Amino acid sequence: MSKKIAPVTQSDFIKAYRLMLTSRVLEEKLAGLYRAGMIKGGVFLGRGQEALSVSVGIQLRRGDIFAPLIRDQCGRLAFGDSVLDTLRTYLGSQLGSMRGRDGNIHRGRPRDGYYAMISHLGAMIPAVTGALLARRLKGEQGVVGATCIGEGGTSTGAFHEGLNAAAVEKLPLIVVVANNQYAYSTPNSRQYACTDLIDKAIGYGVGSHKADGTSLLDCLQTLRNAIHTAREGGGPQLVVADLLRLVGHGEHDDFAYLDPKLKKSAIGSDCVLSAEKHIIENGWHTAEELAAWRRETEEEINATADRVRREPSPDPSEDDWAALSRPEYREQYAAS
Amino acid sequence: MITYLEAIRLAQQKALATDARVFLYGQDIGSFGGAFKATKNLAAEFPGRVLDAPLSEDAIIGMAIGAAIEGARPIVEMQFADFSTCGLNQIVNHAATLFYRTNVPCPIVVRLPSGGTSGGGPFHSQSLEAIYAHWPGLVVVTPATVEDAYSMLLEAVNIDDPVIFCEHKFLYYHLKAEKLPDTALPIGKARIARAGRDATIVTHGAMLHESLAAALELTEDGYEIEVVDLRSVKPLDTDTILASVARTGRLLCVSEEWPWGGVTAEVLARVSSEGFGLLDAAPMRVNAKDTPVPYHPDLWAAHRPTASTIAAAARRLLQI
Repeated sequence: MSKKIAPVTQSDFIKAYRLMLTSRVLEEKLAGLYRAGMIKGGVFLGRGQEALSVSVGIQLRRGDIFAPLIRDQCGRLAFGDSVLDTLRTYLGSQLGSMRGRDGNIHRGRPRDGYYAMISHLGAMIPAVTGALLARRLKGEQGVVGATCIGEGGTSTGAFHEGLNAAAVEKLPLIVVVANNQYAYSTPNSRQYACTDLIDKAIGYGVGSHKADGTSLLDCLQTLRNAIHTAREGGGPQLVVADLLRLVGHGEHDDFAYLDPKLKKSAIGSDCVLSAEKHIIENGWHTAEELAAWRRETEEEINATADRVRREPSPDPSEDDWAALSRPEYREQYAAS
Repeated sequence: MITYLEAIRLAQQKALATDARVFLYGQDIGSFGGAFKATKNLAAEFPGRVLDAPLSEDAIIGMAIGAAIEGARPIVEMQFADFSTCGLNQIVNHAATLFYRTNVPCPIVVRLPSGGTSGGGPFHSQSLEAIYAHWPGLVVVTPATVEDAYSMLLEAVNIDDPVIFCEHKFLYYHLKAEKLPDTALPIGKARIARAGRDATIVTHGAMLHESLAAALELTEDGYEIEVVDLRSVKPLDTDTILASVARTGRLLCVSEEWPWGGVTAEVLARVSSEGFGLLDAAPMRVNAKDTPVPYHPDLWAAHRPTASTIAAAARRLLQI
């Protein structure tokens, strides 16, 4: 490794915390809109995973590739997604990046390196791998691609195929596993049998990094190391962070299956509260200042939500109903 | 003489030579040249652009999608069409949805060595064009001639949408042409492979040649059968089909696929609803039998439509 890895600074930590706060407040708003019946379909929150998620998105550069997953609201904001487009996509605004054609967490701007996940878990790992292969074929250097998944997704064939293929090609891929203890309702005891998911890294021949998913500092430093190693030519890097999903799978899920022992364990602590405590204990900011930040964030998000609710919905009669880019290939026997 | 297989190799060679965005990815396609040698010598001629893949169809297709988003024009080879079902998710849920969802097209070409050959058995013989045609967002082509194998593959690389390229293994070696074309009908246009007046056979892939042989056999009875080569099954050239049925009044649709919900069903549905008044007899179809593709040459020969079963069906159609 040619360059020394810089330690995480106070400024890095605060910047990441502000994004965590925005993400948390935004998700509280989304949950409220869902309960009020204003969001159709599901709402899927990343509560408890903000520290890990932000640590990926904030440490990628322009020109890198990021394929976030369901609980990466915070990483998305860190990579350049906006509160506005999040709300537009959830509320189905015609002005959103998905134009009402897809919703909630299925959003992205692929041309900006921000890929739009499909629901089929693991599928984005080969896609980012292929994107990195194409960048290499174009002669680009120093670019990395990161994608996130949960422990449930590590059981898919696509996870295996994608990580293995990236390892064979020694591509600068970072796969970030949020081991949040449940895949919907399925506990880890029914998901995998290895001692620790990080043990899979050696089997694939990729770098391994373990993080405390409840600690922003540890997540920032761990992801910084992993991204740096990939960028410097170290091949794929597997990151596993242990944490606890602090909400149900979606807002429709009461999370009744949560083992109370997990909630009381070390991984059950809330990474946002832990980050706030770290800031206050270090004397960087006071509790009052943090409360003021929260109020400002709430006001901004409420205003944005009010604006989006007034935006037009997609008009079925205006949609071109085109799944193919070539107009002459469009199916003429569909409903009209 | 240039074989159908060599035409596919030459099309890939030309694509690599003329378009820096093109690369090839698939199992055994590098220095080995592919299971059928469709990429023979290309790895040496284009270093770093003809890459062996692990046995990972999901990853092969998924990687092609990511590469396409980044501006590349990947051509990926499934060693056999049958194995593309291991990459089905990436094809139908990722590649096929990308443009509709994100407005970013997905210019990948997935080569499927398709269809039956003697001894291929249940897992090396399948014709899967109908299942891919079912999903919105895919172009599905079925070249039946050496010329189309070449020109349609080159055209496929230039299409911004995902193209499922169903090349027929039965045609690889014995179908030959003197030279390759400079121009061709575009994808989406069917071709009248044989003009006739008494009945229309609509077909594609290797069944074109069985149908042409059946049409020749029927000339002995004084019948002139028109044969339409679909060339692409999606988009489907309904206009050319209906125009032919308007001339002949009778339709027989022939496909090596299984019968349920396939190309023959689609063609019959369209002609029945759009061209009912053109028909002098109920339209008919001949498909492979509704079982897995059998191994033994005798069973296999009886499983798929052949010139004689097609001719027999055409005679029934002509006598109605």
